[in-house]
Amino acid sequence: MNTAATGAIVDDRPTPILRRPFFWIMALVIAAFVAAPLIGDNVELRESLLLAAVYITLASNLNLMLGYAGYINFGSIVFFGLGGYISVYLISALNWPLAAAELAAGIAVSLLALVFGLGILRLRGAFFALATSGINEGVQAFVANFEPWGGSAGLYLPTTIFAPLGGPMRALWVIYFLLVAVMGASLYLSYAVKTSKFGLGLMAIGQNEDAAVVLGVPAPLYKALAYSLSAFLPALAGGLYFFKSAFIQPADAFDLGLSTEAMVIVMLGGRGTITGAAIGAYLYEELRGFLLTSQTFSNFQLVVSGVLLLVIVLFVPGGLMGWIYGRWPRMKQVLE
Amino acid sequence: MSALLEVDGLSMSFGGLRAVSDLSFAVGEREILGLIGPNGAGKSTVFNLINGVFAPNAGRVMFHGADITGHAPYRVARAGLARTHQIVQPLPDLTVLENCTVGACFGREHLPLARARAVAREVATFVGLEDRLATPAAQLTIAGKKRLELARALAARPLLLLLDEVLAGLNPTEIARMLTVIRSIRERGVAILIIEHLMQAIMGLSDRIVVLNSGQKLAEGTPSEIANNPAVIEAYLGDPELAAKLHAGGAP
Repeated sequence: MNTAATGAIVDDRPTPILRRPFFWIMALVIAAFVAAPLIGDNVELRESLLLAAVYITLASNLNLMLGYAGYINFGSIVFFGLGGYISVYLISALNWPLAAAELAAGIAVSLLALVFGLGILRLRGAFFALATSGINEGVQAFVANFEPWGGSAGLYLPTTIFAPLGGPMRALWVIYFLLVAVMGASLYLSYAVKTSKFGLGLMAIGQNEDAAVVLGVPAPLYKALAYSLSAFLPALAGGLYFFKSAFIQPADAFDLGLSTEAMVIVMLGGRGTITGAAIGAYLYEELRGFLLTSQTFSNFQLVVSGVLLLVIVLFVPGGLMGWIYGRWPRMKQVLE
Repeated sequence: MSALLEVDGLSMSFGGLRAVSDLSFAVGEREILGLIGPNGAGKSTVFNLINGVFAPNAGRVMFHGADITGHAPYRVARAGLARTHQIVQPLPDLTVLENCTVGACFGREHLPLARARAVAREVATFVGLEDRLATPAAQLTIAGKKRLELARALAARPLLLLLDEVLAGLNPTEIARMLTVIRSIRERGVAILIIEHLMQAIMGLSDRIVVLNSGQKLAEGTPSEIANNPAVIEAYLGDPELAAKLHAGGAP
């Protein structure tokens, strides 16, 4: 039993990404997002897929904290809203080009998240969850009273803003493709983190933080990095989303409802899984689109998502992917 | 004598309770030092003070020439000190291989993922878990989980291993297997500080033994010295006949 001790250590490399079926499934999904609305110039489909791309971005990034590290972040939407505000402000007040404003927003929000993260990630469990929603509420209150950002009235962009992108009609397509790119980057980020040493550390934290720390995982740093990393792409998505609306106000930017929806999506798809976050987001967007057209309720999807969350947590804690893995364990080799 | 670990004047209180009081001892390179004492003597607290789960109220912990007193556990782990837990702490949904990979990735050598996986495979085989590599840790038997604790700690390639009752809850066959593993760990050049209630086992394994009682060092010496020490017999074993029996069992 102890002779193996002297065996030479060789590298034990995982399958390269290009040889993994998962990579091609995701590539196909992104290709479909690009191609489908182009067929017949289907603007209605494009708008629906745009929202799906935003949901997938929010859910995938939330998954880094909720799915991998096991930390409930009620305030993930603050990244989206702040990203929107910073880029809209840079474009409207300082005449920055879209790309520069987006990048600046992403970096600024990530840095801010790192600072918040180093502060609040000393907390655990329910206290952390409370602090994250506190951050969202605090930022919203700050922005609502911050005159340079228009206070509670918000910020508007003039319609001329779309001119550099070739006019409003073409700009909407450009923004859509950029959001699909952000979505693709989010899926890739989830994958890259999951298959890295950093991701292994996060998952160890998510499983048993005390044990992980004793094994040498630098939990405070890793959690703060994950929190910061999970801010970047949602900030870009927020920047693009509110650029498209040409209008941003605190109630839309820091809507806790959207935070909750992102969590429902992660739980619905199966936390810690990349495919789950993507499928969950798509399904949820479809469901939401269906419920929104109901005349009886406005925001009826929030009622449904509340019930959905309860049902999932109580009966299918593994979500869709957990259920699939349970039935067909071999799928673990195919999907991530 | 080149001490790998030096504990000097360590004290720790919880509220009004003095769990550890002015404790000093050292573990040499390649040495197996046993830490024994009745329940509540403060043994596990000593481990927690050494690896940084708690910061002591007073005293110093020197490891491998550096002062690690009060360092966070992940820094202590990286310095080359690994431990197992009395109550097993698996990462339940991760597989045996992944559990061990965590140890190798974040331990003393801080290996990159691919190399860590290879080390993980090797240590899992070393403790006899080679058939369970893809099994989630939660599904292991208690003996399996104990071996996993050990494998994970070993994957860190530590200089010193703290073993907290790795034999508790195992049947005689499993105990025999575990003892073989522990001996071969020492043969690899790893020093071991071990807490164990199973007297026969610890008397046989240890080079020296430190006896704790109410957080204080009661005695220190070779197993036979400890077994013949009247204070130990009085305070801990309570039964001279049992002591004689142990002495016979533990003689080299």
